[in-house]
Amino acid sequence: MSTALHDQIRSFILENYLFTNDPSALALDDSLLGRGIVDSTGMLEIIYFIEEQLGVKVADQDMIPDNLDSVNRIAKYVQSKR
Amino acid sequence: MCGIAGFFFDDRQRSTEDTSLRAMIGAIHHRGPDGVGFHVEPGVGLGHARLSIIDLAGGAQPLANEDDSVWITYNGEVFNYVELREWLLTRGHTFKTHSDTEVIVHLYEELGDRFVDQLNGQFAFALWDRRQRRLLLVRDRAGILPLYYAEFPGGIAFASEVKALLAAKWIKPELDPTGLDELFTFWAPVAPRTVFRNVMQLQPGEMMIVGERQRHKQTYWSWAFPTQGEHRRAPQGQLQAELREVLADATALRLRADVPVGAYLSGGLDSSSLVALLKEKVPDTLHTFSIGFDDADLDESGFQQQVAARLKTQHHHMQCSHEDIARNFPATIRHAESPVLRTAPAPMRLLSGSVRKSDIRVVLTGEGADEVFGGYDIFKEAKVRQFWARNPSSAWRPALLKRLYPYLDITSAQSSAYLREFFGVGLDNPADPCFAHLPRWATTAQCKLFFADEWRAQIDGTAVERFRSGLPRMQSWDAFNRGEFVEARTLLPSYLLSSQGDRMLMASSIEGRFPFLDHRVIEFANRLHPSYKMRVLREKHLLKETMRPSLPSEIVGRHKQPYRAPDAAAFLGDNAPGYVKELLGADRLKQYGYFDPGKVSRLIAKLQRARVSAPRDNMAFVGVLSTQLWHATFVEGCGDL
Repeated sequence: MSTALHDQIRSFILENYLFTNDPSALALDDSLLGRGIVDSTGMLEIIYFIEEQLGVKVADQDMIPDNLDSVNRIAKYVQSKR
Repeated sequence: MCGIAGFFFDDRQRSTEDTSLRAMIGAIHHRGPDGVGFHVEPGVGLGHARLSIIDLAGGAQPLANEDDSVWITYNGEVFNYVELREWLLTRGHTFKTHSDTEVIVHLYEELGDRFVDQLNGQFAFALWDRRQRRLLLVRDRAGILPLYYAEFPGGIAFASEVKALLAAKWIKPELDPTGLDELFTFWAPVAPRTVFRNVMQLQPGEMMIVGERQRHKQTYWSWAFPTQGEHRRAPQGQLQAELREVLADATALRLRADVPVGAYLSGGLDSSSLVALLKEKVPDTLHTFSIGFDDADLDESGFQQQVAARLKTQHHHMQCSHEDIARNFPATIRHAESPVLRTAPAPMRLLSGSVRKSDIRVVLTGEGADEVFGGYDIFKEAKVRQFWARNPSSAWRPALLKRLYPYLDITSAQSSAYLREFFGVGLDNPADPCFAHLPRWATTAQCKLFFADEWRAQIDGTAVERFRSGLPRMQSWDAFNRGEFVEARTLLPSYLLSSQGDRMLMASSIEGRFPFLDHRVIEFANRLHPSYKMRVLREKHLLKETMRPSLPSEIVGRHKQPYRAPDAAAFLGDNAPGYVKELLGADRLKQYGYFDPGKVSRLIAKLQRARVSAPRDNMAFVGVLSTQLWHATFVEGCGDL
């Protein structure tokens, strides 16, 4: 289910990694790593985004693909920490 | 070094246009400002722009043998010409000059096509055998000097630079989609391809035999390695002595010149080793040249000063700012004749310009040592990935990668799952000859996201598949050696020695010489077991141990720092030159048709607001800007913007 949070996360990734505003370019379950959308520096930027735009501090042990590798996973992680 | 150009018509009756040849040589005047020469006869034209290095008074070209039956126009140096000349004199040949060039025509008379095996040097030349009506085009073993050609209806033209081919008007300047695809994968198209449609280049170690309606290529030398289990092993002290001897001789040979010789000094192991070897041969005043950057992460000035002080050289340092790079980037692309994904060539051109202001006309550089002695991180990375591939489910094997890339620790993104995604490309096939390079190529290829859809549709297949299909069989070689071969076939000749090497040196009429690429050094190193190159994860082991007594310990012990220059940041400040905004604007992007204007505008916006500048965003930006510059320069015919 797409919520405002999902849309916000997807927009950030579309704008910063796929350089488009076309939502069809990224499905909510698409793997960011598997599709080569982010690299190691990209992960750093996503963490900045979560902390500063979404207001959730990401602990070291949480920086794993289970939490960060798709729009759905990031949204789920952020909701669990709010 | 010099510039050469010429042509061959299949119809020997076709009238030869002297004016075309003059236009071709005129386009590469910077390669040889000391004189021009032409030889024209029915069906054939040879032209030459001369940079005088050896036999200043007598080395004019094109030149011929005793009876004018063999002619040559030649770019480069044969360093063992003294010994070859002595041998040819004993065989009864008569010399008109003392140049290394004349040695080649007599050697050809003596040995036929195998003459090239005897040459130790860096060269690209055309040799015309008028009796047999055959033209030989020859490029040196490592690909230090360039040699391009283009076929047109009824003939073939050749030249040191593409701009000379364009000047003859037989071909139109057009960007080749497949060439650009390779550049956005390997950093440069792989020979014989170039970024120009219908313009090809000889591969390193290749000879092309041109006759009437006949073209035939043959490889006379290639990087080769022993079958696994047959590498050379010997006591390390013995190998160090042998390496020192062959390197010292390679360096001494490259001091043969009738003009003053200096050296580039980056502050790394390779150039520092070279300067140490040179200092033994040039005990008085040795001039060294280096470049520094305001960005502390990229600057090596401290190491450069340390080596210069220890070896007592006359050191010349120049500082390169963001503005210097941005202002000089259009001229850099005009000389490189290719888009680039890094700005690194621009400072190299400024450095050669600073050499030109001194009396020095020849510089020795440490280029090639990383390929010959195993210096790149990619070789370490591949070693860890090979180790990991034996047990792909292991969590701790890939953790060794953290030793290579300590910054991964910062993010905690170092969990095996992340490492698997970043470095696990191709893990299922460790025997793939491209195994070592797949992660790097996959990262670079992300820059193709910015290609316009219509442009992308013109690309023929995938770059990696095309490259793989052209590789020789090397399954019997050690994986380390396969990685070295791929490196020597791709980045070394097509980018490092070309866009960042020959072109940036010749832009200022400075000759570069490369002792680590003496074929005897390469062959010595290629026979060695890989453990002499990479000891566990310690790069260039044998070279380090060989040079340790001559260098400060900090230089031998420091981690390799790749040469890099400021990228996108140089073009995005308030002082950015007007051409940047103009060429990256939606109108111009749409007009040229290579890139998607919407995506490029988002990339620029991201780089302007980013606090962490991702390497691949930087590469994409420089790739887009330089491709736009390439089009403006070569297709639209703009001068420097």
